[in-house]
Formats: sequence, structure tokens, C-alpha cells
Amino acid sequence: MTLPTFTAGEDLRGWLERYERLQLLRVLTCGNVDDGKSTLIGRLLHDTGRIYEDHLKALEADSRVHGTTGGGLDLALVVDGLKAEREQGITIDVAWRYFTTARRAFIIADCPGHEQYTRNMATGASHCQLAISLIDARSGVTTQTRRHATIAAMLGIRHVVAAVNKMDLVGWGESRFREIEAEFLGFCARLGIEHAVALPVSALTGEGVVRRSNVMSWFTGPALLDLLEGVELPGPGDADPFRMPVQVVLRPNLDFRGFAGQITSGDVRVGDRVRIMPRGTEARVARIARPEEHGGDLDRGQAPESVVLCLDREVDCSRGDVIACFGGASDMRVGRRIVADLVWMVDAPLVAGQSLLCRVGTRITPARVVRVIHRLKVDTLAHEPAESMALNDIGRVELECEEPVAFDPYRISRGTGAIVLIDRLSNATAAAGMIRTGDPTERGAHWDDQALDSVSSPVSGVSAAERDARWAQRPCCVLLHGPPNTGKTEAAFALERALWDLGHDAVVLDGQGMRSGLSKDLGFEPGDRSENLRRAAEVARLLMGQGRIVVMSFVAPQDDVRERARALLGPDRCLFVHASDGFDVPGIVAQLAARGLIGRRTSA
Amino acid sequence: MAHALTHLEELEAEAIHILRETAASYERPVLMYSIGKDSTVLLHLALKAFAPGRLPFPVLHIDTTWKFREMIAFRDATAARLGLDLQVHINREGLAQGISPVTHGSKVHTDVMKTVALRQALSAGRFDAAIGGARRDEEKSRAKERIFSFRDANHRWDPKGQRPELWSLYNPRVHPGESMRVFPLSNWTELDVWLYVWKHRLPVVDLYMARERPVVERDGALIMVDDERLPLKPGERVVQRRVRFRTLGCYPLSGAIESDADTLEKVIEEMLLARTSERQGRLIDHDQSGSMEEKKREGYF
Repeated sequence: MTLPTFTAGEDLRGWLERYERLQLLRVLTCGNVDDGKSTLIGRLLHDTGRIYEDHLKALEADSRVHGTTGGGLDLALVVDGLKAEREQGITIDVAWRYFTTARRAFIIADCPGHEQYTRNMATGASHCQLAISLIDARSGVTTQTRRHATIAAMLGIRHVVAAVNKMDLVGWGESRFREIEAEFLGFCARLGIEHAVALPVSALTGEGVVRRSNVMSWFTGPALLDLLEGVELPGPGDADPFRMPVQVVLRPNLDFRGFAGQITSGDVRVGDRVRIMPRGTEARVARIARPEEHGGDLDRGQAPESVVLCLDREVDCSRGDVIACFGGASDMRVGRRIVADLVWMVDAPLVAGQSLLCRVGTRITPARVVRVIHRLKVDTLAHEPAESMALNDIGRVELECEEPVAFDPYRISRGTGAIVLIDRLSNATAAAGMIRTGDPTERGAHWDDQALDSVSSPVSGVSAAERDARWAQRPCCVLLHGPPNTGKTEAAFALERALWDLGHDAVVLDGQGMRSGLSKDLGFEPGDRSENLRRAAEVARLLMGQGRIVVMSFVAPQDDVRERARALLGPDRCLFVHASDGFDVPGIVAQLAARGLIGRRTSA
Repeated sequence: MAHALTHLEELEAEAIHILRETAASYERPVLMYSIGKDSTVLLHLALKAFAPGRLPFPVLHIDTTWKFREMIAFRDATAARLGLDLQVHINREGLAQGISPVTHGSKVHTDVMKTVALRQALSAGRFDAAIGGARRDEEKSRAKERIFSFRDANHRWDPKGQRPELWSLYNPRVHPGESMRVFPLSNWTELDVWLYVWKHRLPVVDLYMARERPVVERDGALIMVDDERLPLKPGERVVQRRVRFRTLGCYPLSGAIESDADTLEKVIEEMLLARTSERQGRLIDHDQSGSMEEKKREGYF
């Protein structure tokens, strides 16, 4: 452990209050065997805080016996913990390190770079928000670098930092660094990693680690520590759907029945409507209970708090169930079939037909491997057909659970979208998985499906500015919704006319029109209605991409589905009007103008 | 939306989640209580995890019979105050053999009266999960320990054969006879523990505070003369010194430090200014490099 500096005479209470409020950043470090990862972490610990004197003394003694720096202080030995690995000079397993600076508390998951790397990497990545990938400046981007970035991306890490190490051994040269940087950032872009960056460092000398380097003055970016301290973490988002897998039911007496669990996503307030999944039973939150001696009841709970919820009615709810928000942006999926990306972590291969235990949230249920869909070639990111998966393989499989389970796609909610597969005989943890979708053959809405990686969006030769100049409008969507026979379609065409007369360009998409062609395969079940609106919204998205105002008239009875459409099209580009508010066409035009979505037409 | 959780709130939520997972996944879990500050925080979190319900498992103390008397008094008072199902286990065979840290040294004493005693207690109680307050930042070999750490039927830890642990989807499964050690405070640092004690005003054993205490200086360490069982070597003299303890264990094996920190805040302040680690006062870690790892393989907590 290292600590931020506290100087004698400083105000202790103030210091502690500041320390308490520090936010936690969980960082993954990964790299090949000789990339200098342990040295880098040792350097961070050594240069930011204090390594205690007794530890330093042990380190000096260890450096003489096991060190690789000719008897000098070998910082790698700060972190190489187990005796076996100190003797072999490699890190065997994920090791956890803790350090704190004045700006942030850090947990480092230090992942080894030898044969078990995929499994260890995935383990570390599942806990982290940022990954540091060590690259030896002499060898550049290797297969393992690509593998690390791929796993980080798969596990949803949005910040990936390439620490290009051993810059001292390439003469601190900029051109070598830029070469590696370009290749690394290019690969990250293909993986869809939002925040990728490369930094030149030397863990051995400390250049670029805690302080900016003087010898690499050509590099104007931050030192590694500055970056770690400054990286912005997304706060709890309003849009995150509420999820709480139930761990235990507390029944201390006949008057109290509380559902205890950790909120994995979103927030919950007293009075909120919730559903008990997978059954879908409705209830309201009556209390967020906490005894007086622990501070009393709460009005609100948020991820990742551990809470106790009491509901307003007697419902069937026990461990394995999920208490989830009612409607909103997304309902949980329920089904027996799951398609997931897996990292296979045991020696015996995964094959179709195999039976395992599948843990989703707090539910553990038997599951069968229906088929291996593909295996990922990490070097090229190509999908190759496969019958099985071997140790450290990454691939996509379809599973069938013995009972219906509630889940989310991993990218929407980690807590209810991640799975672990357990060997039924040995109890070994055989695989980690990220759920993509449910049953691929089940009819339902496809909001969460992802387009093929190879698809790219074409770019129009007419610019947004040109369109704006001609039509005096921003692309946007007006949705008129409500029960049949409330005048939606008439109002939609009246609105189109009004906009036309003002010189704008609007297009009407009507529910009946959709069903006469594009959606003629759909019925009126909830899944079908949802899919119909999704398709309309996707058409609207294409039209908006070319500058149009889209007026939609749909029954669209599902709150959550409308919210999905709003999220797809962009909330600031949407105006939703319900029949009960009346379809006041001049009023809608005025609202569009007030929001700056249409303006006065100034040129022809 | 309101603020994101602070790091201490996040650690608390994680620990409570782990405690609830343990209660839900095992037939006979037990909470290991060592009376120290980590155990104090662990016990508080366990009570909070199941409130307003009762603690759904007993609390087990392995008594080597060489703990400070104040620790035992604090233990019994705590159990009475909180209404705990406290179970105390002593290795009676070891006791009959007269095993003591004074005559047999720290290695043998710790092995017989702690490690073996723990195995006895876990087997006798048929406990399938033992919750402990160990932290990963305490010592190098702990840095790789899982939160749900598997033990075979002989209570042995295989550091190379650990189950990967992803997200908070713990794999709790064990066969009959096998067990799990569970560490809810894995991600806490020493400072986090003290901060939590301070913030929630948790009572801790007074031995952490500086007081005038009778000590002898032995091999560079200050050993408190807690009762008449500590024989003085030639030339040794009991003196009153103002001392306190950073870690608590068997009194002949716990080195005191000279200090004026007689309140919790002063203790924290002193720790922040300290230049040595908390385990330095623990004589058992220094037998040889890697000694903790070997003890852990054999079943030490």
C-alpha cells in the first residue's frame, strides 16, 4: 500500500475527509513476459508514495538474490509476490495492488503475460475501467498486444492506454514511438475502443511514468500518472436501467420481508414501479430499509450500493430473481436461449451438447451448449467456423438454460449481462461470457442486435450545412402516438403540409404504411409492435441522416419501446406528442421553432 | 443524478455483497473473529448486511491461549453487546503438550495453536465457508488470493490452481468436505479500515492506543508482559513504557511501538507518518521470505 502524503501538523480530519471522498479507479495492466510491467507498477508505487522502509529493506535483499538489475534495486520485485514466480521471474496470477494519490484511489489488477494470459486478462478486465497495455518499444505491437486490446474491448473497457516502454533502449526516438502509436490506435479503432492513447515511458528510469519526461521533450502528452488521475469516469447515468439481482430474502419477523442485493445498474426510489424478473410480476418499492443504528431508511439507492428493498405487496421473489425497473429504456429479456461471447478457461475443450452450470446474476442454472457459432482469430479479428473451443480460445456460442432466465445484453448492463460457466463435476470455473442476445430464432424486437463489424455507413456528398441553407431545418423526428382513431395520421399529414408551406422538407411515416410493406411479416404481439416501431425509427434515422424532418404516426403503446426509439434518434432531436394532449399542428410547429429545429427560410 | 459513490462506500457495498453471497451459498458458514480492527470492521459489515435480521452464522475465535487478556475481555464484551453466537476453539492437544510461543518459538506455536487449531475447528463444526478479514494489501502472497478462495478437504490452498474470479459472479461451489475461505475486505487498505472505524465510531481494543504498559526489550522488539507466563531472560528488565500495537496477536509475538497516540485520530495520524508497515510488528512473518505463503498453503488464515 502506498498513501498520499500527509505532513506532520496537517489538519487530520480535513485530510481524512478528502481521502474518503476520493473516487476509485480500477486499472488493468497487461503485457508480455519481458515488457517490464512489474517494473512499471513498482515504479508507480515507488515514485508516488512511500514503500515502507521494512519492505524496501526486504526488496534490497531480494534484489541481490533474484534481481535482474545487477544487484541494484529491482522494482519488479515490489510486485512479484509468490515465491515460485520470484524464482522464475514471471508473474503467475492476477495480483492486486493498491495505491492512492492526492487525486484518486487506485486498484491495479496486474495480469501476467505468459500462457494463461487470456484467462487472467479476462479476469482482470472484468473488474477494471481502464487498461494499460505494455509494449516493448523494440518489438512494437505484437500478437499479444492485439489480444490484450481485443479482450479489453470485449469486456467493455472504454479506456485503453498503450505504455510504450523501454524508450531508453531505442534512444528515446520519436519516430519509433509514432510508428507503434499509429499501429496500436488503428487496431483499437477497429475494435471500437472509444478512448485509446499511447504514451512513451521508461519504467526503468521513470521517464514519463509519474512525471513528464525531459529527455522526450518531443512528446507533449501527459505522464502516465497524470492520465490515470485525470481520466473521466462516467457517473451513474440517468439512462441506466435499474437492476438488482436478489441475493437473500430477510425475514427477521412476520412483519418484515426485505430483498437484499447489490444494485448493479441504475437507481431506485421509494414508490418506483418494479418488476420481479423473470416472472415479470409487478410491485412498487415500499421501503429501502436500513435500521436506525446504520443510519435509517433511504429514499433512493444507486449502483453499486448494497440495499434491502421492501415491496408494497406479497410477491413471489427469491434468490436468483432480479428486481428491475418497470418499462423505461429497456426491459430485461427473458428466455432459455442465450448467445454469448465466451473466454474458455479450462484444459478440456468446450463442445456442442456439453452440459454446464451457468451463473447469471445470482441465479445458477444448468445449461447446455447448443452450438459454437464461431471462434475469433485475434490477430485479424476474423470469425472462423468452429466445432469446439480450447483453453484460452475466444468465441461465440449459443446456450440453452434449463429454466427461463432474465438477462440483459452485456453492453447495456454488465451486472445482468455477464455469465460464468462452471464445470458440473469438478466445479472449476470453465468460462466467462458476455451475453449478446437471446434466442436468435425467437420473434421479437431487434433493438440490441449489433450490425456486422464489417458494415460501414456511407457518407453523403451534400453537407449538413448545405441542407440547412436550403431547408432551414435540422433533421428531427415528431412522433404522434396514441390509440387508433385519434386522428394521428390526419395530423401527421397536416403537419407535413404546414412545414412544406413554410419551405421545409418533411416526410411522413405511418404505422399502416409500414405494415403494408416493410413490416408485413409482423403481428400485434408486444414483440411485434416493438419491432415495427424499431424499423420505423431506423427508417427515420436514415432519413434524418439526409437532413429530413420525419413525422411518424404510430399507436406505439409501450413506454419503454418509445424510449428506445428516442434513444436511437437522439433525445434532443425528438418531439413525442400523445393523442391525449391533442394534435395542435401550429403548436407543434412553434415548438420545433422554439427548440431551434426549424428556422426562417432565408434563401431559395 | 447524485454523486458517484466514494471509494469507501464502494468498498462497503462490495463487502456486504460478498457477505450475503456467502450466507446464501453455504449451509454452514462461519465468521472468523480475531478481535483486531479488521475483524471489528468485518463484524460490523456482517451485522449491517443482514439487518434488520440477525447474523445468520456463528462467530469463531481461535484462541491460542496467549492472546492479550484485554483482547479476550473485549471479545466477550462484544459478543454479549451484539448478541453473537460466539464459539471459541482451543487446540486441547497442543495445550496438553504445553505448546507455547515462549518454549517452542513462533513457528511451532503458530502452526499448532493457530493453523492446526483452525483446521480442527472448521472440521469439527463442519463449516463449509469461513469468512476472514484478510486484506490483499497486507502482504505479497495475499495479493493473489481470491475473494472466494477454495480449500481442499485438507484445508490446503493451491496458489497455482485458483479459480478465476470474474465480475462479482463468484463460483461458490464445493464438494462435501471441501470448503471456501471468503475475504470480504480483500480490496481494503489498512487506512480504509481505520477510516471506517473512525467514521462509524466502532469500538476497538484499547491496545491500539498508547498507554503506559509493562514491556521488556527482546531482540529489538518491545514485548508486553501481559501475565506471569513470560519468563525473563538474564539481563531483561520489565519497564513501563508508553506503547501501543499496530497489529494484535499472541502477546509474546506482538511487538509494541513507542507512541504518544492515545486517541484513534492520533493513531491514524501516526500511521500516515509511519515509515514501516503494520506487519513489521508481527514476528511470524519474518521467519523467512515467503513464509506467509507457506503458512497459507497449510491452512493459515
